[in-house]
Amino acid sequence: MTRSFDIVVVGAGPAGIAAACAAAEQGRRVALLDDNPAPGGQIWRGPSTAHRDAVSRAKERWLHRLQQNPAITSLHGCRVFDVPGDGLLAAEQNGQRVDLRYSKVVLATGARELFLPFPGWTLPGVYGAGGLQAMVKAGLPVRDQRVVVAGSGPLLLAVAAYLRETGARVSAVCEQASWRSLLRFGASIAHTSRLWQAAGYRWRTRGTPFHAGCWPVAAHGGKTLESVTLSNGTRQWTVPCDLLACGFHLVPNTELASLLGCTLQQGFVTVDALQQTLIANVFCAGEPTGIGGLELSLAEGEVAGLAAAGAIRAAQARIPRRDRLRAFAAQLAVTFALRQELHSLSKADTIVCRCEDVTWRTVSQYTGWRAAKLQTRCGMGPCQGRICGSALNFLLEWSPDSVRPPIFPVSIASLAGPTASAPAELSAIQEN
Amino acid sequence: MTDTVRLTVNGRALTVPAGATVAVALAIAGAACRTSVSGEPRAAFCAMGICFECRAIVDGGPHQRTCQIVCRDGMEVRTE
Amino acid sequence: MAARDAIVIGAGIVGAACAAELAHAGLRVTLLEQAQPGTDATAAGMGHIVVMDDSPAQLALTHLSRQLWDNLAPSLPDTVEFDRCGTLWIAQDEEEMAEVHRKHATYGAAGVETEILDAAGLHAAEPNLAAGLAGGLLVPGDAVLYPPVAARFLVERAVASSAKFLADTPVASAQNHTVTLRDGSSLHADVIVNAAGASAGQLTPGLPIRKRKGHLVITDRYPGFCRHQLIELGYLKSAHSVSADSVAFNLQPRRTGQMLLGSSRQYTDESSAVDGRIVQAMIERAEHYAPGIGALSALRIWTGFRAATPDKLPLIGPSLADASVWLATGHEGLGITTSLATARLLADQLLGRPSPIAAEPYLPARFENAQKTGAHD
Ligand SMILES: Cc1cc2nc3c(=O)[nH]c(=O)nc-3n(C[C@H](O)[C@H](O)[C@H](O)COP(=O)(O)OP(=O)(O)OC[C@H]3O[C@@H](n4cnc5c(N)ncnc54)[C@H](O)[C@@H]3O)c2cc1C
Ligand SMILES: Cc1cc2nc3c(=O)[nH]c(=O)nc-3n(C[C@H](O)[C@H](O)[C@H](O)COP(=O)(O)OP(=O)(O)OC[C@H]3O[C@@H](n4cnc5c(N)ncnc54)[C@H](O)[C@@H]3O)c2cc1C
Ligand code: FES
Repeated sequence: MTRSFDIVVVGAGPAGIAAACAAAEQGRRVALLDDNPAPGGQIWRGPSTAHRDAVSRAKERWLHRLQQNPAITSLHGCRVFDVPGDGLLAAEQNGQRVDLRYSKVVLATGARELFLPFPGWTLPGVYGAGGLQAMVKAGLPVRDQRVVVAGSGPLLLAVAAYLRETGARVSAVCEQASWRSLLRFGASIAHTSRLWQAAGYRWRTRGTPFHAGCWPVAAHGGKTLESVTLSNGTRQWTVPCDLLACGFHLVPNTELASLLGCTLQQGFVTVDALQQTLIANVFCAGEPTGIGGLELSLAEGEVAGLAAAGAIRAAQARIPRRDRLRAFAAQLAVTFALRQELHSLSKADTIVCRCEDVTWRTVSQYTGWRAAKLQTRCGMGPCQGRICGSALNFLLEWSPDSVRPPIFPVSIASLAGPTASAPAELSAIQEN
Repeated sequence: MTDTVRLTVNGRALTVPAGATVAVALAIAGAACRTSVSGEPRAAFCAMGICFECRAIVDGGPHQRTCQIVCRDGMEVRTE
Repeated sequence: MAARDAIVIGAGIVGAACAAELAHAGLRVTLLEQAQPGTDATAAGMGHIVVMDDSPAQLALTHLSRQLWDNLAPSLPDTVEFDRCGTLWIAQDEEEMAEVHRKHATYGAAGVETEILDAAGLHAAEPNLAAGLAGGLLVPGDAVLYPPVAARFLVERAVASSAKFLADTPVASAQNHTVTLRDGSSLHADVIVNAAGASAGQLTPGLPIRKRKGHLVITDRYPGFCRHQLIELGYLKSAHSVSADSVAFNLQPRRTGQMLLGSSRQYTDESSAVDGRIVQAMIERAEHYAPGIGALSALRIWTGFRAATPDKLPLIGPSLADASVWLATGHEGLGITTSLATARLLADQLLGRPSPIAAEPYLPARFENAQKTGAHD
């Protein structure tokens, strides 16, 4: 089946929702699709908690605006895997292929967490930081569970606060960045509401020790997690826990942008002032253009949606605010830059590729990603190297492979195309 | 609509809150989702559809990312 | 010729095999590779070790190669994933069953064991094949391996016999006993072996080689879905389409439980991009033979280029213009299989040893005119 829209927005996180609303309010017919079962992306996932803060208020406002607009067709559980032609995306929903024709497309594919392999990170009970939050939002009870939150990025405090509110006993929050970086960051955002947001999270996690310059070096347990060893560079100590929430900040999801031919610089999609990529009719907003948080994602989404709808004046009017928010994104990258010590997190027996169980000893013999992949199967599993490839990009500075369709595993039937299209005129041949 | 959903995990009945994902149901059941290539138990990890650790058999279909699937009444889930 | 130094260009499976064979025979071998071992066509291939009989020469070469792989099998590390799963040629109807019988006779005459399966036998052997197929020919001695690791293994064997291996070392030119590297330095040897695969023509102009693109799809793990390498005999119905774009049903079980689905052949497309039209045609063909396959999950698609000669036989032996440059290329869709026999024939010629099969059908000299004029496209 092929469906046509003026504008297709890929990703229903804040950036995508803002883009879809902005475009639809200009009278365009918009499709908003997301792999997740419901709109909201990473941050606005699941039901709201009792605690009413700026994030949950923004969420209610935007979801209301989204649901009110009849010009937006929301497709959930729908994942784009290929670009079968000009102005066309191929997606899979409930195992069926859906092709989407667009005049303009807005890529709002967000980010995933960066995970670094350390001994024990494959034990059940070890989650991403946002990962554990997402599990709890999806119904996992954590009341009275002992949790350690570790890694890097502003997400850690948000996750810790959320876990506390849902009844978990958060025994420590460990941020690998130093106090010095954090204080400098604090000073730089002192004039903004963000300091209040951070202070709010800290208030909500009061009583939980917060360690800066501290990171996990090993997780222990038989069949599931029992404890985690933390280090501050001079000392190591072990904390018993039931759950570990651990992520080292974010990596943008740029696979679809790459497949469309967009230019990437230092891993991020290059866009102009109106969020347009170097490819005609392709816009990009939110984390793929730079990790900048909720407000920037919303601001970029609005600019992209308006620009894609042709409302250039309105889009331009929002540029100054977006640019102010971008300065914050630059601060984030500096503050949460990963420390050297993390390069030695993986030990010889540590599994680096979770899909194919390839160890650090095996992978690190090679000089580059392609040879390592071909010789060891590292990155050849269903995640297509999204986890180990990002880790090795940090650990060994290996650059990722070129992107090929399908950008996610799909059924062979879906690969073959929408059933209505004309079959290619090809003949059978003999050899293998 | 009720506020719980009943499904089976490896043949055993389980009740979970409505809206729970299959990955959550597996965690509540105390079951790892799959056995890795080298024989380790693995459970959900990224919870956002990226890592494929949460793969299990859902209603007969193998290799399903259970963190992206919401539980429905009568669903049959098996670990891989 | 006091040929005792050899430079082999290209550490694909063919160059790696040549380096291992020559080093084992006592030559001082240097193996030069612009990237890493087995990262070009060798990484794209299916790794089916198969006896084929398009021509008597092809049958002789593939049969010898399969014997050489059998000899090597006990020393292959587990990571080469060598698996003697056998080939099953599938016949749809009586016309194709006639081809089964012909193949059975030809293979039998050459000493290759085969077994004819009727419809019931085919179904028992491969329950996921479509109902109503007429039967097939089972070739139990054929095998499957993982080519990039096999290539690396052969490189390591060469090195163990004192060969020198230089990775990330691109060659700019090779003539008159001299190999010039892209960094400007040069190396000298009695013999230069051009095993640069589909790029061999850049170093030795005028080779009758064209690139023939292929697509493959790899699935997630479904152990037992198919048990043998499955290939259709359906080409009979469009036998004259040798030069057009074409697809055939070709399904390979990997030892991991995954499957590789092929295959396609295109002459005109030199871009490595995946062509959705070809993939679609390949899958339609696969669904015709294995109806359940559509529900399986595909992880990745890739493309690769075969180095095709007009008579589908490789070029093994001295080049015409320059007696110091020998060729080991042009293996089309069979280079994984025929790498070992290629190395053997090449070494035999260089050392004046007798060969188990005649070397003439593969000598580059058979294309004398094409090479002299350099007229081939
Ligand atoms: C796990 C996680 C938790 C976070 N929690 C917080 C928090 O508590 N507080 C906070 O301030 N910030 C949080 N952040 C940061 C916040 O999400 C971002 O700063 C910002 O809101 C991102 O918005 P976005 O729209 O760019 O991307 P996202 O919210 O990441 O949305 C992108 C969406 O695109 C979808 N998608 C991607 N590729 C495809 C495809 N090919 N087909 C279909 N759909 C696709 C994804 O499923 C996703 O829903 C979190 C980030 C992550 C990764
Ligand atoms: C889709 C597909 C499926 C196939 N399936 C099978 C199968 O099932 N069974 C089978 O037997 N065969 C199969 N083949 C064929 C097989 O893959 C090839 O015949 C074989 O890999 C050729 O090996 P090679 O060493 O000649 O070439 P390559 O592997 O391409 O090696 C050539 C090497 O030379 C290097 N090189 C090139 N130029 C230079 C230079 N200037 N300086 C230094 N180094 C250089 C390259 O980097 C490369 O590593 C298939 C091929 C394709 C495309
Ligand atoms: S937990 Fe990572 S894909 Fe489901």
